[in-house]
Amino acid sequence: MTENFEPVIIGFTCNWCSYRAADLAGTARVKYPPNIRLIRLMCSGRLDPTFVLKALASGADGVLITGCHPGECHYLEQNYKALRRFLLLRRTLVQMGIEPDRVRLVWASAAEGVRLAEEITKMVEAVRQLGPLNWPKWQQTNGHGEHAHIEAEEVSA
Amino acid sequence: MTTENKPQEGQERIGVYVCHCGSNIAGMVDVEHVAKWAGEELKDRGVVVARDYKFMCSSLGQELIENDIKELGLTRVLVAACSPHLHEQTFRTASARAGLNPYLTELVSIREQVSWVHTDKQAATAKSKAVISGGVERVIHHEPLEPLVVPIHEATLVVGGGIAGIQAALELADAGYPVYMVEREPSIGGHMAQFDKTFPTLDCAACILTPRMVSVGMHPNIKLFTWSEVTKVDGYVGNFTVTIRKKARYVNEELCTGCGICQEKCPKKVIDEIYEAGLGYRKAVYTPFPQAVPKFPVIDRPNCTYFQKGTCKACEKFCPTNAIDFTQEDEYITVEVGNIILATGYDLFDARRVTQYGYGRLANVFTSIEFERLSNAAGPTNGEIVLRDGVTKPDAVGIIHCVGSRDRNFNNYCSVICCMQGLKFAHLVHERTGATVYNFYIDMRTAYKAYDEFYQRVLEEGTLFVRGKVAEVTDAARLPGEEGKLIIQVEDTLAGIQRRIPVDMVILSAGLEPRRDAKEVAKLFGISCSADGWFIEKHPKLDPVATMTEGIFIAGCVQGPKDIPSSVAQGAAASARVLGRIRQGHIELEPVRASVDEAKCSGCRICNNLCPFNAIIFHEDRMVTEINPALCQGCGTCVAACPAGAISGTVFSNEQIFAQIDGLLGLTLEHAFS
Ligand SMILES: Cc1cc2nc3c(=O)[nH]c(=O)nc-3n(C[C@H](O)[C@H](O)[C@H](O)COP(=O)(O)OP(=O)(O)OC[C@H]3O[C@@H](n4cnc5c(N)ncnc54)[C@H](O)[C@@H]3O)c2cc1C
Ligand code: SF4
Ligand code: SF4
Ligand code: FES
Repeated sequence: MTENFEPVIIGFTCNWCSYRAADLAGTARVKYPPNIRLIRLMCSGRLDPTFVLKALASGADGVLITGCHPGECHYLEQNYKALRRFLLLRRTLVQMGIEPDRVRLVWASAAEGVRLAEEITKMVEAVRQLGPLNWPKWQQTNGHGEHAHIEAEEVSA
Repeated sequence: MTTENKPQEGQERIGVYVCHCGSNIAGMVDVEHVAKWAGEELKDRGVVVARDYKFMCSSLGQELIENDIKELGLTRVLVAACSPHLHEQTFRTASARAGLNPYLTELVSIREQVSWVHTDKQAATAKSKAVISGGVERVIHHEPLEPLVVPIHEATLVVGGGIAGIQAALELADAGYPVYMVEREPSIGGHMAQFDKTFPTLDCAACILTPRMVSVGMHPNIKLFTWSEVTKVDGYVGNFTVTIRKKARYVNEELCTGCGICQEKCPKKVIDEIYEAGLGYRKAVYTPFPQAVPKFPVIDRPNCTYFQKGTCKACEKFCPTNAIDFTQEDEYITVEVGNIILATGYDLFDARRVTQYGYGRLANVFTSIEFERLSNAAGPTNGEIVLRDGVTKPDAVGIIHCVGSRDRNFNNYCSVICCMQGLKFAHLVHERTGATVYNFYIDMRTAYKAYDEFYQRVLEEGTLFVRGKVAEVTDAARLPGEEGKLIIQVEDTLAGIQRRIPVDMVILSAGLEPRRDAKEVAKLFGISCSADGWFIEKHPKLDPVATMTEGIFIAGCVQGPKDIPSSVAQGAAASARVLGRIRQGHIELEPVRASVDEAKCSGCRICNNLCPFNAIIFHEDRMVTEINPALCQGCGTCVAACPAGAISGTVFSNEQIFAQIDGLLGLTLEHAFS
């Protein structure tokens, strides 16, 4: 871990609430660290756990999953499915030796730009404390598959 | 700054356009550098041209893209500018004009997600590169798509029969289209029906409202369901199927003539908490007020002696047309509509919550709605402004503004109408009782047409204004002259002194709040509420009556506190939006849909229960799953779940997301972002 380690976090947002929260944070000029890079999905229910593994295996130090609050999903109840998958995924990650804090789930409504910015800030700090994940390297030294990229894609949903 | 590269065999030809947005982006991101970088570093990824421009969304900016598509034969376009929620359509349309399928264009945000939220120019510039790299990788995997065309059903559902809903319904019906109006109470009219006079013109509320209500009741194109609620909404824009619960009225609408004899004969008096705000009585069988539309009464079952004790039936005995029917049951009716307008209005802030003002404890503290009923000629006192004892005229009256509004302990927002309503009350008290009137205000807000003139008028009438937030209303007399009075304790911030002002009557200008069931209603119709609980509009300035959900519109106080003119304007605006849709006959929807590759589907049925829209069907004979594209809304949950990878989703495919991850993390590049 270096002194000035800047973590890279991939964030998944849903199109209806959390992406709009990110837009609102912008419109309101709320500040948060630049370490997060967002990917827009239609719904948190679209989040295939493989996306998370892929991101971590490709060099991200953390993944933030966001969506509408329970009961407010644009597609009615799909974020409950995201929640179920998230809980399962976290267990799997722990078994793989990855700190659970590297993958977080945050609900943010379209009105919660400030909240989303706060959660991003907190997460960046938490991952900074954890240090780099370096999963691809870590895997190689553990004697697993030669290419992390392929390894991740083989994990089924 | 422009970089052009030679296209490479077998690769997409990608154009990258980086927007300055004036200084909005360029102030925090080195836009020229980013464009140059994209031209050089993303050359191997297929970028044949990279440009930056002051305003990409301007017609000149769009022309840049169009010309490049035509002259350089671009097969993909990536714009890095503002949020796709703002301009995705703009750039897609520009591409389409130049002959490129619109879905081969992608917009990534470096404004809302970069320049506006970060403070370090170097880091913001590096992040912009990552965002662009991610976008380029993603857009390579885009596919040409055609929008889904869905027909629009001509009928509209209007929920809530206040002034906003009434206006919306009449506009649509007058234009010749069918409207279903659903109102929860026995009559339409909403809050406005409770008022005596309306600011700023002081015209009588009933005189202007009643004709509108009658028009709704008699309009051949409006089917009115009162004493009813929406219980279920299926489908999507153009084709909603709505289930309405028509509660049993116990009065046969075919036979009832609205003569009112049942109400006269009913022996059971009930305090009217809604229309009379608890100040007056109604019967167990009632219409809330004489001008009610429709004219048919309802029997209030929990208060009806027959329903509770098994005997009475006075109404049935006296009804000249045998319209009373104790066997009636709730009916469930389904209607098909293309669009829905929600106009369910507001609830009054519960003044009991500000305990120091004594409402509910001190008899002569009134709420604003109570005062409306007191001052109403058709109200419980026939318009006499008297104390709770029903006879004594007040000598001094205090009107407290901003009760529950602009208050960290309750609601932060301004309820908009309370200043004007407080002035209206001051005028009415002054005119009818000659009492001394005090208005206690934090700030006087009288924006809009003819409002400040009304303020001046009330000032000239001699109403006294004290600037300051009232600390307490008490009946504990301390000084001579306070005996038997209500004392208003306030810091007069203009005079810089504490004052105790004895009055006989206090009126609380309680704020407006979202309906208590606003969250449930929002959920039922698939829209969202702001943190305060008001329904969220699609855009606060440019699209105030649409919502994020196609086909669902909002009008009036559901969207936020407002006066009658604004509520009416929104009702009309919402119906204009709907009319536009109906006249088009169809709407083009994003082709974001899931589909199953039957050859890959193992028939495991894992996806079968995941779809809330019942779009997933299983063919028992062939043991494969199929998705009905008309029902699929494109959330992608099933795509994520299929262990065989048999389901794919357009616009957000696995390939697109994987590629974007690679791009964002710089895996496809030689050098790291810097
Ligand atoms: C004391 C007071 C005085 C005022 N005086 C003035 C004035 O003088 N001038 C002025 O311009 N403005 C005045 N206003 C503001 C005015 O009341 C509003 O601007 C106006 O009534 C808003 O109309 P609306 O149709 O949006 O809502 P509402 O009047 O609240 O109507 C909503 C309707 O929807 C129905 N409804 C609610 N939920 C459901 C549901 N789930 N299903 C079916 N139906 C439902 C309700 O029963 C109601 O009929 C005053 C407000 C107050 C509190
Ligand atoms: S989850 Fe996939 S394999 Fe299973 S039934 Fe659905 S489409 Fe077929
Ligand atoms: S993508 Fe969503 S809406 Fe479409 S079929 Fe799958 S689960 Fe249903
Ligand atoms: S749309 Fe936001 S979580 Fe489903």
